[in-house]
Amino acid sequence: MSQDYPLVAAQTMIHAPAEELKLRRRGRGRRGLHGADRIVVLLMVAIPTFLVLALVWFPAVSTVLLSFTSWNGIGGLGTIKWVGTTNYVNVFTNYPPFTPAIEHNLLWLVCLFVLATPLGMFLAVLLDKEIKGSRIYQTALYMPVVLSLALVGFIWQLFYSYDQGLLNAVLGTHIDWYGDSNVNIWAVLVASSWRQVGYVMLLYLAGLKGVDPTLREAAAVDGSGETSTFFRIIFPVMRPINVIVFVITVIESLRAFDLVWVVNKGRNGLELISALVTQNIVGEASRIGFGSALATIMLVIALVFITIYLATVLREEK
Amino acid sequence: MAVVTSAVGAEGKSIPRTEVTRARKPRFTPKRLILHTFLTIIALAWVFPIAWAVLNSFRDYGYTSIHGYVSFGGWTLQNYSTAWSQADFTRHFLNSVYITAPAVALTLFLSSCVAFVISRFSFKFNIVLLGLFTAANLLPQQSLLIPLFRMFRSIPLPLWMSDSGTMLDSFWGLILVNTAFQTGFCTFVLSNYMKTLPRELYEAAEVDGASVWRQFWQLTLPLCRPPLAALATLEITWIYNEFFWATVLLQSGNKFPVTSSLNNLRGEFFTDLNLVAAGSVIVAVPTLVIFFLLQKQFVSGLTLGANKG
Repeated sequence: MSQDYPLVAAQTMIHAPAEELKLRRRGRGRRGLHGADRIVVLLMVAIPTFLVLALVWFPAVSTVLLSFTSWNGIGGLGTIKWVGTTNYVNVFTNYPPFTPAIEHNLLWLVCLFVLATPLGMFLAVLLDKEIKGSRIYQTALYMPVVLSLALVGFIWQLFYSYDQGLLNAVLGTHIDWYGDSNVNIWAVLVASSWRQVGYVMLLYLAGLKGVDPTLREAAAVDGSGETSTFFRIIFPVMRPINVIVFVITVIESLRAFDLVWVVNKGRNGLELISALVTQNIVGEASRIGFGSALATIMLVIALVFITIYLATVLREEK
Repeated sequence: MAVVTSAVGAEGKSIPRTEVTRARKPRFTPKRLILHTFLTIIALAWVFPIAWAVLNSFRDYGYTSIHGYVSFGGWTLQNYSTAWSQADFTRHFLNSVYITAPAVALTLFLSSCVAFVISRFSFKFNIVLLGLFTAANLLPQQSLLIPLFRMFRSIPLPLWMSDSGTMLDSFWGLILVNTAFQTGFCTFVLSNYMKTLPRELYEAAEVDGASVWRQFWQLTLPLCRPPLAALATLEITWIYNEFFWATVLLQSGNKFPVTSSLNNLRGEFFTDLNLVAAGSVIVAVPTLVIFFLLQKQFVSGLTLGANKG
């Protein structure tokens, strides 16, 4: 289908006959480039590609390979020993923090999905109407998006602190919100959702602006109420945005790290896979193979959703 | 009325629109009031954590520890000067600049290059390339840490480039990693934008005998100012906010950029939350200033990636 495009463009050019244009178009392939142009194009692609391959994809593949080995990370590459799936067996059977970490990552995902995403979407729908001061509301809601999650952890400490926090002062409770392993994951999730809502709202506001207004009008003419119009017509039309928000939410829940790391380096109730990976490498233990197995699990989950994402955005490409 | 009638001939569809929007727009109805009340409450709730931090950053620790935080008074500016000197913010802000500025410039330059080639020429590997770049942006950083850490440790750098003698614990490594990660997103956004530029432009340039580089540098890039401005705003914020790579790839605390240095402040500010508040406000100020000055760029940058123009 996309091949039609140059022909459409060709019609606007009066003088060039179709055949000549076709030739020139083919000429834009690599074969048509000569001398300096060819080298320039090659460099323009090769340098960034090399950087991304060397610093992202090569490490990704290496992580998968290392996950089947045993290595202390200090000795040379020759000291790497192949151990098969031992590391994975250990992760699943012999590593107490793994189960809570998986649970927390899933909880993170569910929380962002059940709380932050619907709230963000709902606010986007409200703000998409022509109301006075819409901009002010929007600004207030997505202000937290510009703050780093590490900083968010600090700002919320003013609420959560045991002896100086606002929550305990107002509620009259005596809870160490960040320290108590029964509640700290919820405390962190509230802070994280606070930031996520604005982000989701922003994406949906953009999505709603892109919806053909005639759809809404047609529905209104048919006597469809606002709510049913949204769920039956608008929401399905925003499918690409829905997929993107879905994938971003999954990836963000998987990559969540900064917030728990600034609170307590991901221990004592705040275990997350990302923090476990880091602990195994940066910490004193330096268990490379084992850490790689954890990292590979993350990688595989991420790749599934990245594929969904790419399939959506690149399909639109055509 | 004249507008509506004239619209009949041109576009039949636009009539219901005017009627519907007009019918839906009465100024004061109970429904509107509820809507505004709800939005005001939510907006205030969302601003409150930041406002609370700002408020308490101006309060004296001695006062709040006696009267509690739900009180009024004890105003001081002392927290800011104490936080600034204790946390050595001058140094960390400079570090942030040394890391963020080159990383953003390099990211935008490299991604413009790739985006230009992808959108200008129809090579078979274009889609693969775009996929490779875009996916890289979404991989969990932690899963790349081990090999990167080892790689950087074994890549030597002359001492004038890095006092650690390797890529590890140097700004160079951090700049490159940030660039590699962010290039994907920018390439994606820029290539979408460049595809909307009319092909005739290039045809005219080719007739004039302009080289590929000149077409890129003098024709495409100036036309891409809007997305480049949006992406620059966004990337400055993101790389300034970047926490993970700086935390694990830099080992000397005095090299940390602002965001990672937060972690060091924790111990020092442990007993005084008003200092934490002042420190947080100091760290937040650059991003908030960028956000308020360049809100349009910021928002359009975020949505460009999701909603293809």
